[in-house]
Amino acid sequence: MSWKLFWLLVEAARLTILLSVISVSIGFLLSSLVCAAVMSTHRSARIAGKLFVSFFRGTPLLVQLLLIYYLLPQIGLNVPSEVAAIVGMSLCTAAYQAEILRGGFSSVPRGLIEAANMCGFSKFAIFRRIRLPIAVQLTIPALISEAIMMLKSSSLVSVVGVVELSRMAQDLAASTYRPLELFAAAGLIYLIINLVVAGFGLQLEKRMQWGRT
Amino acid sequence: MSAKPAIKVEKLVKRFGKTTVLEGIDLAVERGQVTCLIGPSGSGKSTLLRCIALLEEANEGFIEINGEPLGFASGPNGERVRLPSSETQKVRAHIGMVFQQFNLWPHMTALGNVTEALVTVRRMLRKDAEQRAMTQLSNVGLSDRAGHYPSELSGGQQQRVAIARALALDPDIMLFDEPTSSLDPELTGEVLAVMRDLAESGMTMLVVTHEIGFAASVGSKIVFLDQGKLIVEGKPEEVFGKPRHERIDQFLDTYLDRGAATLL
Repeated sequence: MSWKLFWLLVEAARLTILLSVISVSIGFLLSSLVCAAVMSTHRSARIAGKLFVSFFRGTPLLVQLLLIYYLLPQIGLNVPSEVAAIVGMSLCTAAYQAEILRGGFSSVPRGLIEAANMCGFSKFAIFRRIRLPIAVQLTIPALISEAIMMLKSSSLVSVVGVVELSRMAQDLAASTYRPLELFAAAGLIYLIINLVVAGFGLQLEKRMQWGRT
Repeated sequence: MSAKPAIKVEKLVKRFGKTTVLEGIDLAVERGQVTCLIGPSGSGKSTLLRCIALLEEANEGFIEINGEPLGFASGPNGERVRLPSSETQKVRAHIGMVFQQFNLWPHMTALGNVTEALVTVRRMLRKDAEQRAMTQLSNVGLSDRAGHYPSELSGGQQQRVAIARALALDPDIMLFDEPTSSLDPELTGEVLAVMRDLAESGMTMLVVTHEIGFAASVGSKIVFLDQGKLIVEGKPEEVFGKPRHERIDQFLDTYLDRGAATLL
């Protein structure tokens, strides 16, 4: 396989990374809202949060992407397919991350919240300063796994016409008749990216040890 | 105002499901005094303290802090009227609390733990807050541990940071919920020493404790609870001295093995 083909794959991998990083980040911000809704004392917020999670966990990402791709123009939003892809991926990962966070939040020791209560913290301050950082620390390994899952699932966005790594490999395989080499190369690139993500996760875990070594 | 007790508890009843944990407690804690709540496990002493901190909501009765109603006020016909939470927060700001499990925030250093509420709640500048926090830490003998995380501190050090954290907010009443129960004897000593200093400085303290020696020597008043009822209250020499209440006799017997009774 020529270097030229390989560089085309690397170029496409940049889009894969970009899509994944943006979606996982937006998904994280969104997930804390969804998680707050699911754990809310307001019944309507709880129901809305649970519906969101059920839908985006209960239907395939492939179907979600196609739905969003065809739905957005219907409501007057003509966006590039990359944006539709990011919307779909963000919503989907938000549902999963929200469930991961919920597990983390319920593991935050009650006494830490009582101490904050006694110091006069508002509910929001307790969330932001105490519950969120501790829940994130408890859930880093699961969140990193989710990020890796999303990176791999990003191959699905080819159905809405985004030419990312998998789709590029497919196109090149079709035109060069060398599928084995191209898919092996694509697989290798995914593996390398994910090793970096996993390494970053380990670093993050170490940094959030807070004195425990 | 000055005639009002720091804490006044009136006919307080607390139930957990069908179990009645507090059966109509009346209690007054005078300003500047150290009141020690003692009694066997399950007597309701921690629950009483947690009700006064409003970490638990009592089912009946009233609590006043410095003469102001906490959580519920008495209506015209003696019924309980829930107060708005803003008012409750204002009254609660007079109270500092120290827990059995320390409850330091693990993601903040000792200094961070003491500074946090000053910045987040009191809106102080971080620089000023840290200065105040350092003073508090040095008062409990821990200025050299300011940069350490809770996981890097001994239990006794953690509890002293927790005391500094509560004191930094300048409360007029300090509640202690079995502050030394999860510490070994050596570490217990260093925490009790800090509490002794605090008592001498004139802080109003309500202490749930199993340290009978501390209660006898530092307490201005001893309150003995058993099965949700206040059995005896009085000065240490009245409560512990002979002749004493039969139930206290039994209770103290359990301490004989540990040699604590010799302190009395």
